[in-house]
Amino acid sequence: MSSVATLSNADIQGVHDSAHHEHHHHETFVSKYIFSQDHKMIAKQFLITGMIWAMIGGLFSVLFRLQLGYPDTTFPWLENVLGHWAKGGKIHPEFYYALVTMHGTVLVFFVLTAGLSGTFANFLIPLQIGARDMASPMLNMLSYWFFFTASIIMISSLFVQTGPASGGWTIYPPLSALGDASMGSKIGMDLWLVSMAMFIVSSLLGGLNYITTILNMRTKGMSMTRMPLTIWALFFTAVLGVLSFPVLLSGAILLLFDRNLGTSFFLSDIVVAGKILPNEGGSAILFQHLFWFLGHPEVYIILLPAMGMSSEILSVNSRKPIFGYMAMVGSLFAITILAFLVWAHHMFVTGLNPFLGSVFVLLTLLIAVPSAIKVFNWLTTLWRGNIRFTPGMLFALGFVSLFISGGLTGIFLGNSSLDIHLHDTYFVVAHFHIVMGVASFFGMFAGIYHWYPKMFGRYLNNTLAYIHFWVTIIGAYLIFWPMHYEGLAGMPRRYYDFSNWESFKMFGGLNEFISLVAMIVFAVQLLFVFNYFYSMFKGRKVTTQNPWESNTLEWTTPINPGHGNWVGEIPEVHRWPYDYNKDNREFIPQTEPVGEDESKH
Amino acid sequence: MKEFFLVAIVIMIFVVIFQIAKASEYVSVLKGEEKSRKQNNKINGFLLISFLVLGLAGAWWCNDLYYGKTLFVQGSASEQGEKIDLMLYITIAVTGVIFLITQVLLFWFCFKYQEKDGRKAFFFPHNTKLELLWTTVPAIFLTILVVFGLKYWFKMTNDAPKDAALVEITGHQFAWEMRYPGKDNVFGKKNFKLYNKPSGNILGVDFEDPESWDDLHTTQMHLQVNRPVKLVINAMDVIHDVGLPHFRMKMDAVPGIPTTMWFTPKYTTEEMKVRTGNPNFVYEISCDQVCGASHFSMRGVIVVETEAEYKKWIAEQTPEFISLNKKPDAPGAADSATNKVVAQVLPK
Repeated sequence: MSSVATLSNADIQGVHDSAHHEHHHHETFVSKYIFSQDHKMIAKQFLITGMIWAMIGGLFSVLFRLQLGYPDTTFPWLENVLGHWAKGGKIHPEFYYALVTMHGTVLVFFVLTAGLSGTFANFLIPLQIGARDMASPMLNMLSYWFFFTASIIMISSLFVQTGPASGGWTIYPPLSALGDASMGSKIGMDLWLVSMAMFIVSSLLGGLNYITTILNMRTKGMSMTRMPLTIWALFFTAVLGVLSFPVLLSGAILLLFDRNLGTSFFLSDIVVAGKILPNEGGSAILFQHLFWFLGHPEVYIILLPAMGMSSEILSVNSRKPIFGYMAMVGSLFAITILAFLVWAHHMFVTGLNPFLGSVFVLLTLLIAVPSAIKVFNWLTTLWRGNIRFTPGMLFALGFVSLFISGGLTGIFLGNSSLDIHLHDTYFVVAHFHIVMGVASFFGMFAGIYHWYPKMFGRYLNNTLAYIHFWVTIIGAYLIFWPMHYEGLAGMPRRYYDFSNWESFKMFGGLNEFISLVAMIVFAVQLLFVFNYFYSMFKGRKVTTQNPWESNTLEWTTPINPGHGNWVGEIPEVHRWPYDYNKDNREFIPQTEPVGEDESKH
Repeated sequence: MKEFFLVAIVIMIFVVIFQIAKASEYVSVLKGEEKSRKQNNKINGFLLISFLVLGLAGAWWCNDLYYGKTLFVQGSASEQGEKIDLMLYITIAVTGVIFLITQVLLFWFCFKYQEKDGRKAFFFPHNTKLELLWTTVPAIFLTILVVFGLKYWFKMTNDAPKDAALVEITGHQFAWEMRYPGKDNVFGKKNFKLYNKPSGNILGVDFEDPESWDDLHTTQMHLQVNRPVKLVINAMDVIHDVGLPHFRMKMDAVPGIPTTMWFTPKYTTEEMKVRTGNPNFVYEISCDQVCGASHFSMRGVIVVETEAEYKKWIAEQTPEFISLNKKPDAPGAADSATNKVVAQVLPK
C-alpha cells in the first residue's frame, strides 16, 4: 500500500517539477550559495564547514601532542599565538584540558556528525532515491544555519577570558557544573551547552527530514529493498539521531539549570574551593546515563554512514554485487537497536550495580555479531572481484581494515572485568580513535573521493589522493597501535604530564614518536584540503555521465545537475543497485527494465 | 627563527608534491586515462599487500619493544587481578585469530583480485549457508568470552570477605585522604556540612559521634599483604577515580554516592621492587577521571607491608580526633571530652 502511495507521489512531483523547472533560472548569489534550499548546495555547506572544523580540531590535537611528546621543551612561538595560555612557551594545564575537550567535541559532533552525515545524507538521499530535493528544503536550510550558529557560539567560547570548556567532551558534572572547580567550567561551559543545544536542533531538523524523504519520496519502483546501502545506513543514522539527541538536550538543559538557577539535578554533598555548597539529593551519575544514552548511539551515528558508503564503494569498484544485501540491511538494523541498549558500558566503574553491568556486557558483546557479519560480507564482496583501486576504493578498504582493528579492541572494553583495568587508559583512546575516529574519517574520505565528480563535475587530483591515503593509513596505525601498550600499562588518558609517575613515565620516547607522526598526518590532511579546493576550480573535468560505471541513480543526472537534479522526468527504477557482472554484463543501471531472459538471483 | 625555517621547509615540500601531482596528471592524460588507471591499479595492489606484510612485521616489532613495559610481565599484584590477566589472554587469543584471518583475507583479496584484462568478476550476491556460518561462529566465540568475563566480574564485585580490612579513601582537588576505622572497625559519621578547613576537619567528620574518636586520618595508604582490603570511596568536590593499575582495580569516587571495591594485595612494596627490578617502585593511586587542571598530578601512594610492619605503623598513628583537638586554639569545651577519650583509645 505504501508503495502505491509512493508511486503516485513521485509521479505527481515529477509532473509538477518538470513543468516548473524552466522557471528556475533567476537565482541570486544569496539564494544559490548562502541561503540555498538545494540539497546539493546544503551538503557542500555542511562539508566545507566540517572541513574547517576538522582543521581546527586537528590543530588542537597537534598542540596538545606537542605537550605530550615534548613535555620538557618550551616553544616560545606558542606564547605569541596563545598568549597567557602558553606562558613561556609551555601550554598551561588548564588550556591543555580545554584543547583536549574541544578536540573531542569538535571532531565527534561538528565534523563526524554534521560534516559526515550532514553532508552525505543531504547529498545522496535525494540523488540515490530519485527525488528532486528533500521533503522540506526549508527545514533543511534551517538545519545548516542552526549548525552554523552552533559553530559560531562554540568558536566564540575559544576567545573568552576564562577559556572554553575543559572538563572533557563528556562534560561530567560536578566538574562541568561548578565554576569554582575549573576555569573551563565558567562561561566557556555555558557557551558549550548553548552551542550543543543549537547543534541538537540542527541535527533533529536534518534527521526528521532525512527520514521523511526516504520513506515518502522514493521514485517509482524504488522499493525499500532496492535502495542502495548508503541510503539504508543514512536512514538508520537519522533514526538514531532523532531518538537519542533529545536525551542529550535534556541533560544539557538540566546542567544549565544546575549551573545558573541553583537546582540540584546532578549535585549533592559538595565542598569545592573551601565552600560548602547547599545542593543535596542530586546524582552526578544521572548525568552520565543521560549523556551516554546519546553518547553511545552517537558512535553509530558517526559510523553507520561510513559503513553504508564503504559498502557501496566496495561493490562498485569490485565490480561485484555487495554480498548478502539483506544481511547487510539486517545487521544495520540490529546495530541500530543494540546501539540504544549498551550505553552503561561506559559506566562499569561508576559503582553501577554489578548485575546491571552484566546485562550491558551481554548486550555490548552482541554488537560484535552484526559487525562480524558486515566484515565477512565485505570480504566476500572483494573475493573474486575485479578490483579497481580508485582513491575512494582505497579509503573504503582502509575503513574495513580499521573497523576490524578497532572493533576487536571493543571486545576487550565491553567485557566489564577487563574494562576495570583498561577503563580510561590509553587503550580506550586507541580503541575509539581507530574505530570511530579514523575509520569514520576513512568512510568520509571514501565518500568525498567517490562523489566529488558528482558534486563539482571535476575529479580530485589522483596523485595527491594516493599520497593522502597512504600517509594517513600508515600514520593512523603508527599513532594508535602502540597506544594499546600504554593502555595495557595502565597509563591514564587526559594526563598533561607523566614525568612524576613511577608507573607511567617509561613511555616518553613513544609519546614523542606518536606526536611526530600525528603532525605529519595532520600536514597531509592539509594537502587534502588544498586538493579539494584546488580541484573545485582546476581539477580534471568529468566528461562522462557515469565515471565509475555505477548502477545508482545519481549517475543518471547531468554531469552538473541543477536544482531539481533531473532535467526531464525522474527515472523509474526496475532493479536493485548491485547488478554488476551479471549475465556477462559489466553493469546494469537501476533504470534498466529486467529483461525476459535475465537470470534470477 | 627556527620555526619560520621549519614552516618554509614544509611549504616547500608541499609545493614540490603539488608540482609532481600536477605533472603526473598531465602525463596520465597524455598516456591515456585508461592506461594510467591500470598502472595505478597495479602499484596500489602491490602497495596493499606490502602494507599487510610490513604491518604484521611492524606489529611484531612493536610487541617486542613494548610488551616488557606493560604490567603483564610482572603479573598482577592482587589475587583478583590474576583473573583479569587471564581474561586478557583469552581475549587476545580469540580476537588475535580473528584479526589475523580478516586482515590477511582483506589485503590478500585486494592483491589477488585486482583488475586484470580478461578477468570477469564473479556474480555472487548471497549464500545463506555462508551467512549463517559467520553469524553463528562469532556468536559462539562471544558466548565464551561473556561467560568467562561475567564469572570473574561477579567474583570481583561480590561482597568483600568478612575479615577484610576497611579503609576509606576520599578524593578532592587534587589529593587523596585516607581514613582507618580504628579498633572498633567502624567509621565515625561524616557530614559534608561539617567541613572546616581552619580546624583541620577537611573530611567533615562528625566528632559528636563516639565511633569517630578512634578513626585515623592519613595521607598514605598502608595495607597488609595477603589480607583482603575493602575500600570505601568518596569524593568531596567532583568525580575522581581510584585507579590501581598494579592491582588491576579501578572505581570512581562520586560526590554524594559512596562506592566500594575490594582486593587482596599479593606482594609487599619491597617484594615488588625485586619483582620489577625497579628500586624506586611504589604502588601508585592514579586519578583516572578528569577532575580539573591538576588532574594529572593527583597521585596517591599505597604501601603494602608485612603484618608486623603494618601493625607497627597503625600503632604509630594518632587518631584524628585527638590530633585535631591537641591544637592550642582548640575550644576549651572539647578538652575535657578529649582527655576522657585519650584514656580510652590510646594504645596502652
